[in-house]
Amino acid sequence: MRLSRGIVALALFFVAMAAAPLFLGDYPLAILILVLFAAYLGQAWNIMMGFAGLLSLGHALYYGLGAYLSAALFAHYGISPWLGMLAGIAAAVATGSAVGALSFRFRVGGVYFALLTIAFSEFTRILFDHLHWFGSSSGLFLPVTGRAGADLVSLRGPTVMFYYLLLAATAAVLLLSRILLDRRIGYYWRAIREDEEAAQASGIDVFRYKLAAVALSAGLTAIAGVFHAFYYNNLYPETIFAMGRSIELMLPAIIGGLGTLFGPILGAFVLVGISEGLTSLTAGLGIDGLKQLLYGLVLGLVVTLQPGGLWPWIALRLGLRGAMR
Amino acid sequence: MTAAPLLEIVGVSKHFRGLRAVDDVSFSVERGSIVALIGPNGAGKTTVFNLIAGVHHPDTGSIRLDGAEIAGLRPDQACNAGIGRTFQIVRPFGGLSVLENVVIGALRRSADVAAARHAAREILSRLGLAEKETARASSLTLPERKRLETARALATGPKILLLDEVMAGLRPVEVDAMVGTFHELSRDTGLTILLTEHVMRAVMALSHHIVVLHHGQKICEGTPEAVARDQRVLDSYLGAAAPATAR
Amino acid sequence: MLYLNIILAGLLTGAVYALMAFGLSVIYGVIRIVNFAHGEMMVIGMFAAFALYRWLHLDPIAAMPLVAAVLFLAGYALQRSLINRFVTQPEPIQFLLMIALAMVLTSTMLIVFGPNAHNVQLDYAFDSYEVGGLLFDKVRVFAAAGALVGAALLWGFFQFTRTGKAIRACADNNLGAQVVGLDVARLYGITFGLGVACVGAAGSLMLLLVDVQPYLATDYTLLAFIIVILGGLGRIGGALLGGLLVGVSEALSGFFIDPSMKSMFSYGLLILVLLLRPQGLLGRRA
Repeated sequence: MRLSRGIVALALFFVAMAAAPLFLGDYPLAILILVLFAAYLGQAWNIMMGFAGLLSLGHALYYGLGAYLSAALFAHYGISPWLGMLAGIAAAVATGSAVGALSFRFRVGGVYFALLTIAFSEFTRILFDHLHWFGSSSGLFLPVTGRAGADLVSLRGPTVMFYYLLLAATAAVLLLSRILLDRRIGYYWRAIREDEEAAQASGIDVFRYKLAAVALSAGLTAIAGVFHAFYYNNLYPETIFAMGRSIELMLPAIIGGLGTLFGPILGAFVLVGISEGLTSLTAGLGIDGLKQLLYGLVLGLVVTLQPGGLWPWIALRLGLRGAMR
Repeated sequence: MTAAPLLEIVGVSKHFRGLRAVDDVSFSVERGSIVALIGPNGAGKTTVFNLIAGVHHPDTGSIRLDGAEIAGLRPDQACNAGIGRTFQIVRPFGGLSVLENVVIGALRRSADVAAARHAAREILSRLGLAEKETARASSLTLPERKRLETARALATGPKILLLDEVMAGLRPVEVDAMVGTFHELSRDTGLTILLTEHVMRAVMALSHHIVVLHHGQKICEGTPEAVARDQRVLDSYLGAAAPATAR
Repeated sequence: MLYLNIILAGLLTGAVYALMAFGLSVIYGVIRIVNFAHGEMMVIGMFAAFALYRWLHLDPIAAMPLVAAVLFLAGYALQRSLINRFVTQPEPIQFLLMIALAMVLTSTMLIVFGPNAHNVQLDYAFDSYEVGGLLFDKVRVFAAAGALVGAALLWGFFQFTRTGKAIRACADNNLGAQVVGLDVARLYGITFGLGVACVGAAGSLMLLLVDVQPYLATDYTLLAFIIVILGGLGRIGGALLGGLLVGVSEALSGFFIDPSMKSMFSYGLLILVLLLRPQGLLGRRA
């Protein structure tokens, strides 16, 4: 087995992550939750861009649909978030498929496709500002009940419960990506990413496979939205559907390495680490904007030095050639 | 086995913005034969290929493969109907390995990746690329890329292989090697090939039958010997292409 | 008459939008890089004009050429030193670079000028001309006139100067331009500089119409995208048409429906245009 070293390392990593709550307090755990959100979302976005070559700059749309639908169904009717999640996934898959189908039918590609995804996401943000059932611009809130016991059915519980949910989700999306990449659909996605016309000439129904990538990526993103809603308990269109969220969501995959499996996880650690480090570094100085300035500089530096992403570079040095992908 | 030709092109025309790229062209390709489509630049050869492969749809006329109409299909549908094609300007999946490139072609026949890899390896060794299977496609030399392109098209299991100037840019030694490869393929597998080519040395060595296009019209067809003696062909084409013959 | 006045105000604001979008269009049309820091550069233009007003009591109209010149140099330097290395990188990588640049620019403005809104007090701020019952706000007329002059100068540059023609050749056929010996890197630098100068000039003019604060940037970036896509990315006349269209659409929807929903109409318009005419209203099919 060529990958055995990589698999052992990966197993060790997940064991360490699973054991982490035994040693960590609530604050470091909350930071690890940020890492897991970032890793999970980065991988979900990566399916579209890294695998199929479709640049989405509007993933906040799918995130928001998952968050808002599950939260509103719970707040108004007490419907379990797991059922709400199904509704959120369905809405995100339907919306993503519609955006994709329209774009691909009308031959909107490349930069135009990317800008179209922004347009749909921004359109929805302003729309939700005016939808009263979703709390409009004044926000939608979930009742915060005692966090003593973990209630998995209605997703009410302590930080550690969300930690394990997100860890499981991250592991699952990693496994799913790995499986899909090794199957026909994974080969076809990469063919489309490399050259759409040549892919078509090789018998690939490009429309269908591109649509599958958008739908899958959108649905997976919606799941993280549900966790967000029940972890933070408050939702505002300006923050949930923000352009900034779409950007934040794709950074781990780009920094870690587009199209790689472990890249988004590594990218998530690096980005959250930089962000938290800068926060504590600049906290005492009281200069608004300093942290963001440094964060921007570090991002620029990383992308200038390693435009191909950090993971391929590290994997090469660790002798994990097979795991580079 | 029927005696009907594998590919029949009947009265096909295609206009682009008033320009008659292909004008009422008819010809057919017999099962197991190698047919060359030749003509000076702009004669409409690549357009005919694109019409067969579903990139363009003919304005009029019919294209039948194995008796079934394929005009108007999308490129992926044409491929699934049995058309394997290479591009004049090679388009490998540059970021993927040589093997992966060919596996993608082979996956048309079976969703099972292991089976597709097996089939891909066989084709790679037939085309002399077996040692290169882990190399990135973008790192190959031009002759290797042309072979890869052919391998990928072959892997889709076509009834007919369309080769769009696969010899262009190759040195004479490499041309001869390619000619040898296609001879073997045709002999061992009974594969039907339709090719366009400027390198007359390859055309003459390979084809059983030649169709000559000029200004979008068919001006002549026949055996290589007959075509080479045809005055219309000499006037329109071979005279102008004399340097290429000398290569 | 009320309608006409609103449409008029929209058209005049739209002219400034057009100059802003011009910059984006020029950069994309030639270098094929989408400037995701465009709104940030717009806001820098606004702050630069504001600083000149506060320290030298310079009217933003008078400040416009100065701001444009400084931003041209900054844009030229930025392209040659940093952005040029990313010209051949995949889109997400270019995107990330521009986002990092946008973060640096916004936070620098935040550190220098703070989060509060600033404006200029001009003695003609509330004057207006009346022509045949139509009201022309004086500031809007000045801003629009400045924008049209800026756009005309740029158009003239591309049409009549040697360098301008060379840049157009570059945009049409990059490889060909290199073959005939054009210094593509230098031309890209000039192009990026011009694009930034354009948006900086638009920023100076916009200061006549709105208060400036760092967080305006994202909205302007998105606005510029909407405009150039409406008109056709890379088409200069398209930016003008798109700018005027968005100016009017914003003015009308802001007045008749709800100011907070005005950009929703712009996005709706954008989605329609992208789907029905992805090459833009004035663009040619590839």
